[in-house]
Amino acid sequence: MDLLSLSAVELSAAIRAGKTTAPQALEAVLAQMDRMEETCHCYVTVDREGARQRAETVQRQIESGVLRGPLAGVPFAVKDNLCTQGLRTTCASRMLENYIPSYTAEAVGRLEAAGAVLVGKTNMDEFAMGSTTETSCHGVTRNPHDPGHVPGGSSGGSAAAVAAGECFFALGSDTGGSVRQPAGHCGVVGMKPTYGTVSRYGLIAHASSLDQIGPMTRDVSDCAAVLEVISGHDPKDSTSIKREPQDMDFTGALREDVNGLRIGLPVDYLGEGLAPQVREAVLRAAETLRDRGAIIEEFDLELVRYAIPAYYTIAAAEASSNLARFDGVKYGYRARGPQGLEDMYRKTRSQGLGPETRRRIMLGCFVLSAGYYDAYYLKALQVKGMIKQAFDRAFSRYDLLLGPVAPTTAPRLGENLADPVRMYLGDIYTVSANLAGLPGICLPCGRDSRGLPIGLQLIGNCFQEKKLLRTAYTYEQAVRESIPPTPVVKLPETH
Amino acid sequence: MTREYETVIGLEVHVELATRTKIFCGCSTAFGGRPNSHTCPVCTGMPGALPVLNRQVLDHAVAVGLATHCEVMRICRFDRKNYFYPDNPQNYQISQLYLPICREGYVDIDVPEGVRRIGIHEIHMEEDAGKLIHCEDGKRTLVDYNRSGVPLIEIVTEPDMRNAGEVNAFLDKLRLIIQYLGASDCKLQEGSMRVDVNLSVRKTDTAVLGTRTEMKNLNSFHAVSRAIEGERDRQIALLESGGQVVMETRRWDDGAGRSYAMRSKEDVRDYRYFPDPDLPPVHMGQEYLEKIRAQAPEFPAEKMARYREEYGIPDYDIRIITASKHMADLFEAATGICGQPKKVSNWLMGETLRLLRERNMDAQDIRVSPRHLAALVELTEKKEITGSVAKEVFEVMFESDVDPVKYVAEKGLKTVGDSHLLRSTAQEVIAANPKSVADYHSGKEKALGFLVGQTMKAMGGKADPVGVSGLLKELLQNGKTGA
Repeated sequence: MDLLSLSAVELSAAIRAGKTTAPQALEAVLAQMDRMEETCHCYVTVDREGARQRAETVQRQIESGVLRGPLAGVPFAVKDNLCTQGLRTTCASRMLENYIPSYTAEAVGRLEAAGAVLVGKTNMDEFAMGSTTETSCHGVTRNPHDPGHVPGGSSGGSAAAVAAGECFFALGSDTGGSVRQPAGHCGVVGMKPTYGTVSRYGLIAHASSLDQIGPMTRDVSDCAAVLEVISGHDPKDSTSIKREPQDMDFTGALREDVNGLRIGLPVDYLGEGLAPQVREAVLRAAETLRDRGAIIEEFDLELVRYAIPAYYTIAAAEASSNLARFDGVKYGYRARGPQGLEDMYRKTRSQGLGPETRRRIMLGCFVLSAGYYDAYYLKALQVKGMIKQAFDRAFSRYDLLLGPVAPTTAPRLGENLADPVRMYLGDIYTVSANLAGLPGICLPCGRDSRGLPIGLQLIGNCFQEKKLLRTAYTYEQAVRESIPPTPVVKLPETH
Repeated sequence: MTREYETVIGLEVHVELATRTKIFCGCSTAFGGRPNSHTCPVCTGMPGALPVLNRQVLDHAVAVGLATHCEVMRICRFDRKNYFYPDNPQNYQISQLYLPICREGYVDIDVPEGVRRIGIHEIHMEEDAGKLIHCEDGKRTLVDYNRSGVPLIEIVTEPDMRNAGEVNAFLDKLRLIIQYLGASDCKLQEGSMRVDVNLSVRKTDTAVLGTRTEMKNLNSFHAVSRAIEGERDRQIALLESGGQVVMETRRWDDGAGRSYAMRSKEDVRDYRYFPDPDLPPVHMGQEYLEKIRAQAPEFPAEKMARYREEYGIPDYDIRIITASKHMADLFEAATGICGQPKKVSNWLMGETLRLLRERNMDAQDIRVSPRHLAALVELTEKKEITGSVAKEVFEVMFESDVDPVKYVAEKGLKTVGDSHLLRSTAQEVIAANPKSVADYHSGKEKALGFLVGQTMKAMGGKADPVGVSGLLKELLQNGKTGA
């Protein structure tokens, strides 16, 4: 049996049926890492021994019937901005290069309790600031579909690890598209749930009002299964929401049925700046859903062009404050030989934080400073409110919205790094969902002429994840033959 | 010169709330633990940790707001005050700027001219910082985060006070209200109440406010008074000599009796306040406010009226007892046990106040339990111990709240009545002091006092002095007749 060709849910079923074991699944993943990591560099830290011990324990608990869930025994990875007790958590920053958390993030803890086996921590843009996984202090991650291209970001390591078969699923975090966009670039499924659905406790904050943890998986069924485990109210996170249980029965939404579903296509998401091949693939996906009975209609979402400036203003403002704690006093990097306190702060932060992170901290401090607060920060909050209203109007007419996840397929390495504004503009289709707190899912809808995956994005109203999953599942089943899910990349033997 | 100027004073009062746990985590607020023993990822600013508001903090803040006639806002929110300092683990303090919990209240104070209303501008909630310990080698500073996240409210008054007397009257009243609510013990010396004084002066014929300064480091009511007088004089002298008052923060040195500039307006920090995205706005409904209002205790004025009615003790006693919630509680509970309000009150007015003064303690710090105080009253009532023994026992109770019944038994302090021992002791004293006996017989009453004292001393105080006096008179009379 080729274990790596299985989805997470299929693998767990096989383990529970005694066809394979958790340790065997883990060894398959570790062997795949040995083949892929040199090229792709998805991981920052791999905990081989910890995972082996855990797999043995989980196997016993499965055999004794203690663990019966759909993820029991499945090896998974998490983005390196989620705290893992006793396991280095760096945020891909020199600042936290040797930081070992004293506690585990709530979402990770819930997966471990469900019997999933953590194999390691994946690479990312430093403090989740970036769209290419190139701002990491650990070096870049390469797209498994073409190592000359980035995997997207900031959860690029997680997306690439899933695509490369170096884990069966992963967690990412999405502040402005950081789960959905790399999922699109790597041909996997990525979902950002409604804000407040997954506890942020233990997620090292980038922008607290926008951050949300989400699953990155091989197919839609896995996405529903992972989301079901990690979602739910957490008293340790004041922004966590108490949702109705039937509202979170995500695996219950996995059926082929879009008949009569009203799907809106924002014209602004299909116009200028969108690569023609991406546009074609997205419109073809809309056609597929129309063929299955959905009602497809183009409409004007409004205010789309204000989303990027509003997003970068709010995200930078919050980040400037969230990252203030990295000062060399309590943990993490401290500059050598400072002359007094101020000098220690200055040197530690100048040396410990990378250029993109420093740029956003300075931007954030600026928009919050006296005399500019009203003109920038408050105005951005007002725009955020108006964008939310625009979505409210859209959802009074449509069940969900459909569009691309990014203007292009994965850029070449280094292409975006030199031009930050160009990189920021690449977030145009994803940031609005964060500003409005909406759920969004990205799944593969084809490849461009170079063979790079194209991502399809569906955005739903708050708490409508089930509708998103049902639509995504219907589409996935419809294109099963032409766009196979879980495309485990096998590199040529020469690598 | 001073008379031509009016002093204008507003206060910022920080009060540490008496909650069991911190404002945003479950760590203990207990004082004096081993450094960093009352900490967790939240109050040490670990990456990924998130704050969750302690409801008790909200309850206390609302109770103080209602008791000071504030408008409690229907929605309040927390903001981040951003500044770098190692005692502040996140490098921002969670406080309230844009939507504080309470606004526009007042406290009425009694002043020589009558009643004066001191406006309260706002009350907001915030977290305390940790403590820095500078090592003696001068090279290192250590930080203790046990205080980090201890809940505070800041009460900001309007500039409605005109002199130190009014400020002290306001602080007294405010402290009493908060103590009665059980929201804080409000000890200035220990820092559970901290007062910053904003002060300016202006010519009495102008309406425009002068430039103000802010005075910090005021650790007692006395220091507050001295700092106000010192700062007023400094500003007037400055203006009279043609100078100008600079808007600045000053630090009061109570030992030196003067203040020093800490930082001036030029280096005013930009705190970059913005709403804390980790804490959703707090909504307070009418039902909640009514619940807090219903939990309000009996305040001093109501208590005084009831005491007059119920206990029949002098107004002087009532004023002193109700001036401390702790003392009032002790009084009521002890009286409830022994049924002797005046006797209980006497212990509080006499020995208790004397010992408090002597030891420079606050009424809050009285450790005597009602049960033991009542027992002491009963012991003296039944004449089981003498007044002087009772005082001696009380002093031990004041120290360590011993059970007086046990203590008297253990130390053998019971009063010796008209027994053979007392009689023979008195006879020995008479025999040993012929001069005093002669003085007594020649009409010097004082001599009897001396003999009583000698007898009491020989009895180790365990005799009833009135009884001793009677016995001596009898013996002296007999001796004279017999002679």
